Amino acid sequence: MVSAAEKRDYSILGPEQEKAVTQGLVSAVWYQCPVPRKRLKELTKRRNLPAFRDTVLWLALLGASGYVAWLSWGTWWSILAFAVYGTLYAVPAGSKWHEFGHGTPFRTAWLNEAMAQFCAFLSLSPASTYRWTHVRHHTDTIIVGSDPEIVAPRPPHWGRLLARYLHPTVTVRGLLSYAAGRMSEELKALIPAAAQKKLFWEARITIAIYLSLIAICFYLGTIAPLMFIGLPAFYGVWLNYPLGWTQHLGLYEDTLDHRLCTRTFKTNAIIRFLYTNMNYHVEHHMFPMVPYYNLPALHEEIKEDCPEPAPSFRAAVRETIDALRKQRHDPNYVVPRVRSFAERVGRAVMIDSIGLKQQVDGGRPTTAV
Amino acid sequence: MDSNRWIEAGNAEEMDLEDVARFDYDGRTFAVYRTAKNEYYASDGYCTHERTHLADGLVMGNLIECPKHNGRFDVTTGEAKRAPACVKLKTYSVKVAMGKLFIKID
Ligand code: FES
Repeated sequence: MVSAAEKRDYSILGPEQEKAVTQGLVSAVWYQCPVPRKRLKELTKRRNLPAFRDTVLWLALLGASGYVAWLSWGTWWSILAFAVYGTLYAVPAGSKWHEFGHGTPFRTAWLNEAMAQFCAFLSLSPASTYRWTHVRHHTDTIIVGSDPEIVAPRPPHWGRLLARYLHPTVTVRGLLSYAAGRMSEELKALIPAAAQKKLFWEARITIAIYLSLIAICFYLGTIAPLMFIGLPAFYGVWLNYPLGWTQHLGLYEDTLDHRLCTRTFKTNAIIRFLYTNMNYHVEHHMFPMVPYYNLPALHEEIKEDCPEPAPSFRAAVRETIDALRKQRHDPNYVVPRVRSFAERVGRAVMIDSIGLKQQVDGGRPTTAV
Repeated sequence: MDSNRWIEAGNAEEMDLEDVARFDYDGRTFAVYRTAKNEYYASDGYCTHERTHLADGLVMGNLIECPKHNGRFDVTTGEAKRAPACVKLKTYSVKVAMGKLFIKID
């Protein structure tokens, strides 16, 4: 049974925000695994070569699979061809938007910005929205009432979680309202006034380019151009969501330790490439200055001081979904792998007492739902 | 308060090229930079975006990157160069004398 007292308001403008501040969870100092300064400096070094290599490889794969998709146009083979093309489009566009948005892959700053804008465009979004929500996500990772990027509340709601597959539709609606100079109160709270103007212009430019593309489709009498640019953000995102779920779901909330609220998993070279090494998510959150191509080395540096990573992507998804199922009835459920690590480092008791305090402070009547 | 005080901030050669170090003095904290061109600069220690010390950041050319959200500042002027850093960083004059670093604190 889940009580109403355990249901929390995940809005960053709601009552949980003040509670998080009171508890010292907002803009706080986070745990960092010890890494010798000299080594950390080596790992944070930016190099154009790996970023350039991976970008060219991605674009080449996109070009090759796009060519095959084009050749298959009008045949049943096109379903398979576009499934491959769409995946090669949507997963890296999302993960590279994130990486280049941090400004860390290229040493040359404008290349990072250009790539972030390009990937956001492919994802049907202005780059600035995520940039600013993500800043807060890094300040207050999975702090309820402060992190706008918490994917699912506790207890989770399957319908709402799966409805995220309609996210591109929401994104398009967002684009239209940004272009009209409007945004939600949450975004207003996150984006400084000067940057809001930039966001509006990004939305207008994105819409203008897509309208041109739609006009080309009408002129040519085929939807093909949009099948290559734009629509993959709908039909190619099937893998983006499970990847996103593994980042933080099923782990602790309201802790100042990325080892307890973030998941690293081991995986094969293909997923690492598509996902731009974001499977090393604890490492990324703990040291956001380290470019993606150095995250495997950073993992080796700190792994003794972290929970065992999930052994594979499949295992990470399975443990996440299992935890979500259990959290439907027990919102405090945390995957055993991380709970036992937290107990070993002596933090579970502390976090549980924070959760308990919130329930007591919530002061609302307990009603079974 | 005594203005134009030159405060000793350590040995110049102890810093690596393209590096940053923390210097605390009189309840205040500063970041001291040595660029690849062997020039020294100093600024307030904390980022103007949030309270993160820049001494844990990365020096690239004339820029310091904040370790928290990758905001950047030009260490020669304090100008914010990359969001989310938007507000200028206060900088201080630095001189090297007899191998020692001195910061002019107002
Ligand atoms: S704290 Fe420095 S950029 Fe955010």
